[in-house]
Amino acid sequence: MNAISTSTNAVEVRNVFKNYGEVEALQDLSLEFPLGQLTSLLGPSGCGKTTLLKIIAGLLPADSGEILVGGETVTGPGPDRAFVFQDFALLPWASVIRNVAFGLELRNVAKSEREAIAEKYIADVGLSGFEQKFPHQLSGGMRQRVGLARALSVDAQVLLMDEPFSAVDEQTRRKFQEDLLDLVKHENKTFLFVTHSIEEAVYVSDQIALLLPRPSRVSEIIRPGGFRDKDINSIRRDSEYLDIVDKIWDSLRTYVE
Amino acid sequence: MKAFGYQLPAMSSLLIWGLLWEIVGQLEMTFFLPALSEIFTTLTEIITTKPFIKALKETGQAFFLGTFYAITIGIPVGILMGKNRLIDELLLPWVNVFLSAPLTALVPVLMVLFGFGLKSIVITTTLFAIWIIILNARAGVKQINPALVEMAQSFGATPMDAFVKIYFWAALPEILSGVRIGFIRAVKGVIIGQLLISIVGFGALFELYSSQFLMSHFWAVLLVLFAMAFTISEFLALLERKVGYYASKR
Amino acid sequence: MRHRALSLKILSSVLIFGAWEVAGRAGVSFAFPTFLESMAALWSLTIEGTIFTAYAETLKPLIVGVLISAFLGIGLGIWIGLSSKFDWLVSPIFIVMQSAPLAALIPLLIMVYGIGLTSKVFVVCIMAMPVIVLNTSGAVRNTSVSIIEMGQSFLGSRRDIIFKIIMPSASPIIFVGLRLGISAGFIGAILSELKITPTGVGDIISYSRSIADYPSMYAAIFSIILLAVLFLNVLERIEVMVFKGINKGLVSD
Repeated sequence: MNAISTSTNAVEVRNVFKNYGEVEALQDLSLEFPLGQLTSLLGPSGCGKTTLLKIIAGLLPADSGEILVGGETVTGPGPDRAFVFQDFALLPWASVIRNVAFGLELRNVAKSEREAIAEKYIADVGLSGFEQKFPHQLSGGMRQRVGLARALSVDAQVLLMDEPFSAVDEQTRRKFQEDLLDLVKHENKTFLFVTHSIEEAVYVSDQIALLLPRPSRVSEIIRPGGFRDKDINSIRRDSEYLDIVDKIWDSLRTYVE
Repeated sequence: MKAFGYQLPAMSSLLIWGLLWEIVGQLEMTFFLPALSEIFTTLTEIITTKPFIKALKETGQAFFLGTFYAITIGIPVGILMGKNRLIDELLLPWVNVFLSAPLTALVPVLMVLFGFGLKSIVITTTLFAIWIIILNARAGVKQINPALVEMAQSFGATPMDAFVKIYFWAALPEILSGVRIGFIRAVKGVIIGQLLISIVGFGALFELYSSQFLMSHFWAVLLVLFAMAFTISEFLALLERKVGYYASKR
Repeated sequence: MRHRALSLKILSSVLIFGAWEVAGRAGVSFAFPTFLESMAALWSLTIEGTIFTAYAETLKPLIVGVLISAFLGIGLGIWIGLSSKFDWLVSPIFIVMQSAPLAALIPLLIMVYGIGLTSKVFVVCIMAMPVIVLNTSGAVRNTSVSIIEMGQSFLGSRRDIIFKIIMPSASPIIFVGLRLGISAGFIGAILSELKITPTGVGDIISYSRSIADYPSMYAAIFSIILLAVLFLNVLERIEVMVFKGINKGLVSD
């Protein structure tokens, strides 16, 4: 139903199929992403999680099935969704502030206005003072924050993040996870998060969708309870946390190549 | 690009251009462009004639001698430059100068010094090819992974062994790449040399045909030349791919 | 360190020019003047102003040819890079042109266009265009999929994506293509002067050869090479300055 949505789902995936030539990337996949929550797509390589994310973003077309965002079917990119890329996808020739404002630039927002918005989000991600720097002058972690600020600037309801922390080192990654949780608390958005790290998923998510490959399907939905409020340094020894991590690993281990 | 659902091979549009050429020729739209089929017939006629074979021999000779010298002088010099810093610093500026210089300007000098014959053309060819060969040989040597060098040393390899078993192969893809580009430049060199000196090889044939406005003949020879140049370069590219499979992305 | 590099350059120049001088004096050939003789001839050509008028003549077809090649070449290259149909149709021509000895076409051009400026411009164009077109199309075609997707995800129009993402991304390589094209164009300009009609610097070369004024001939050739090398070096420096961060700062490490 495409009428006024009464569901509490920000995004719904219904019976999506996607083939790449002979290879079936997604087969009859259905999934729901509750409003205002952070859902992780977790699974080994080749299980189609990035494909699914890009289909939701409208960057790839599904062969069949539908995607509903806010109750409306979508077939392409839209102002209601913003994407954070795994390899940052920054414009190397543009300054940080131009990069952050780029989403707004493409929507023809006036320069002074978009730079003002960009400045706010640059501060939010902790990059104040770096507005005039260029990507090649920044570390990997900082570049990722630019990508995040850019996605936040367009004020979309759904934020799609494709393994956003995989290209940075471990220490930065942990910091980012904390920052992400901060963001989830303060921003009224729905987060869709692709990762292959079990620990990460269990730590940050409200809901984890476990995807298995060949054919891609959702094997189960897990709702880890309230690890966010616990101190990150001690949760790694929290027995409940470790149990869930182990359980997930058991489900996945046979699929790891 | 797909047509009727089939993936069309890469250079197949040349067939369409060939067809266009044929039509233009048949319609006699311009004196200077005879029909492709006519050119091919002329080609089959002249390919066995003495003047053509003579031109082919002379050009081939110049080309092979020129590239031979370019390789046998260029690769060792390049390797030397790659290994010895002093020589490198002395010679590199000059190699770069001659790499980007319009070498055509040197041909009159060669003509004056070495006469109007094969010698000048061979030297022209060598000069056109050698700089890139030197540069790539040097690069090939320089980019040898230091870890490989350490590995050779740690396993106690003799200098000869190390060179033959490791360094040679590590530098080879880059060297071959240089040789391929060098060959293409050599073809240009051989032609430019002949055009300016024009009493030998294909240069002479071009003079002959153009002065008598024998367009079919002119195009026939031109096409043969282009085909040869293209084949050589593709063959070398193939060779380069076969050897270079282990070359990491530059 | 910088001193060492500079002094070695000077040393190697001295060595080469010194060798030239010695070879000239040793009478390698009557047609081989010494370095100093050639420089003297160069000096007098400069004083008399002959060399400036000559270059004005020579540079005409070069500049015109390069400008045409640049505009046409980059335009074609962009079109080829963006449209796979056009790519299939047109690239093979330029690929063949790149490995072919295009100089062989010069007699044909003379036949068709005579011996004036037009054919010289044509020569410069056929030498310069292939590399410009292929570099441009390659750069456009190989634009990182990631940043194009990024543009699409933020609802960029096709036009925006081409002008704000693809073109800036491709500029470094387009510039390299231009530089190589100018280099090839130089060869074309000189060739056309030596072969078609002697004017400009080519004339100095041919004429001095015919009257056995070898120092002048060598002087002219030396000046061409010097000019070409200096110019291309300047271009390279500009390229490095302008594009300095872009190649390094490409997305992830």
